[in-house]
Amino acid sequence: MGATPVTTSDWTTEVLESDRPVLVDFWAEWCGPCKMVSPIVDEIADERSDELKVVKLNVDENPDTAREYGIMSIPTLLVFKGGRPDKRIVGAKGKAALLKDLKDYVS
Amino acid sequence: MSDTPKIILSPVGAPAPASEPTGTPELEDRVHDTIIIGSGPAGLTAAVYAARANLQPILIEGVLEGGPTGGQLTLTTDVENFPGFSAGILGPELITNMRDQAERFGTRFITEDVTSVDLTGDLKVLETASGLRLSTRTLIIATGAKPRRLEVPGEDELWGSGVSACATCDGFFFRDKHVIVVGGGDSAMEEAIFLTKFASKVTVVHRRDQLRASVIMQERAFKNDRIEFAFNATVAEILGEGGLMSGVVLTDTVTGEQRTLAADGLFLAIGHIPNTWLFDDVLDTDDEGYLIVDEPSTATNLPGVFACGDVMDHTYRQAVTAAGTGCRAAIDAERYLAGGGGVTAASPEAEPTVVSG
Repeated sequence: MGATPVTTSDWTTEVLESDRPVLVDFWAEWCGPCKMVSPIVDEIADERSDELKVVKLNVDENPDTAREYGIMSIPTLLVFKGGRPDKRIVGAKGKAALLKDLKDYVS
Repeated sequence: MSDTPKIILSPVGAPAPASEPTGTPELEDRVHDTIIIGSGPAGLTAAVYAARANLQPILIEGVLEGGPTGGQLTLTTDVENFPGFSAGILGPELITNMRDQAERFGTRFITEDVTSVDLTGDLKVLETASGLRLSTRTLIIATGAKPRRLEVPGEDELWGSGVSACATCDGFFFRDKHVIVVGGGDSAMEEAIFLTKFASKVTVVHRRDQLRASVIMQERAFKNDRIEFAFNATVAEILGEGGLMSGVVLTDTVTGEQRTLAADGLFLAIGHIPNTWLFDDVLDTDDEGYLIVDEPSTATNLPGVFACGDVMDHTYRQAVTAAGTGCRAAIDAERYLAGGGGVTAASPEAEPTVVSG
């Protein structure tokens, strides 16, 4: 399973209109640290699906959406709540550190 | 992933678990032969050799403190000078291959930072961020180095909003923009040249009147018409507007005058700091903070503690030299154990490859 890919075209329905908070992993193929973070994000997606919706956006294929949210560095994780970005996490982190950053959204 | 915290030994060829679950008591119950801290080419090569020597190594791959898991190679693109890859290989791919190779021979990985060490006894004791307490007869330090920061106002606030230490990750976001590269060495030239693929203009800011980079890299940078140079200049402050970087304040190192330069991004290439803070108080370091080893061996001043890779090498700092010293450290650890090193009353077995518990 893991994080579900989203694109600019389904961004509104999948992210902005979601009932649950949404964790978005902004990533790209060429980004080494993204490859370290993505498997951890996938694990969080599988383990915390009742609390958090977890998706990933390829910035290379969806540059407009990345630009709209001021993404200037990847990996960046944004948590959306009620259609607005609520939390920004920049750079690669381990699972424990990431869950700590997400403590407002997962138990 | 299972909820049960346990160490998983992946079968050959299986994808590596992204992170080891924390709280692995069975690893705490015994004394290990070899623990390696660091997941770059030095640590992974040490793991390949130690695992093949049946030392059942544990490799602790940090996540935060020392830079990215997998080391600095994960921040690069094409690696063209690692022997055996005639067509070049991507840095992250090279690291993944090395990790798979280490795992294939039984290396187990713990993905978290080490928070403290006690290296003074025959048994070395390590504690990790999750509170795991591990004992080992030999320790191989391969913690590498991390990019030096400017430590000027605005840097932290604009980190990830214009300020970056990874051109390959973030260059993409600066299409048709003006970016600054700080530094005068080979990596600064490499970043500047790479960034011209995206940026309309790259200004290299260097504190001296000439570059430190190799002749070939200087020539490449000088003949690139998108690259400009600001010599004798240091960054005094990074400016932001609406949460994004808008420019820098430069200080002229000769006249002391300050001026503002508008720019959308800033990439750091001002060298590295060896990751030694865990060991500073007990291990000998040189003037620049690198661990000192008893060349040609990798032994530090404490018995059973070995160092390899960028944390002990500020001269060469190549992937292949890091791998080479990693190999040496594993062989040194193996010989130390075979000679009876690291054996105490708490771990009476004479055969170093037998693991208690």
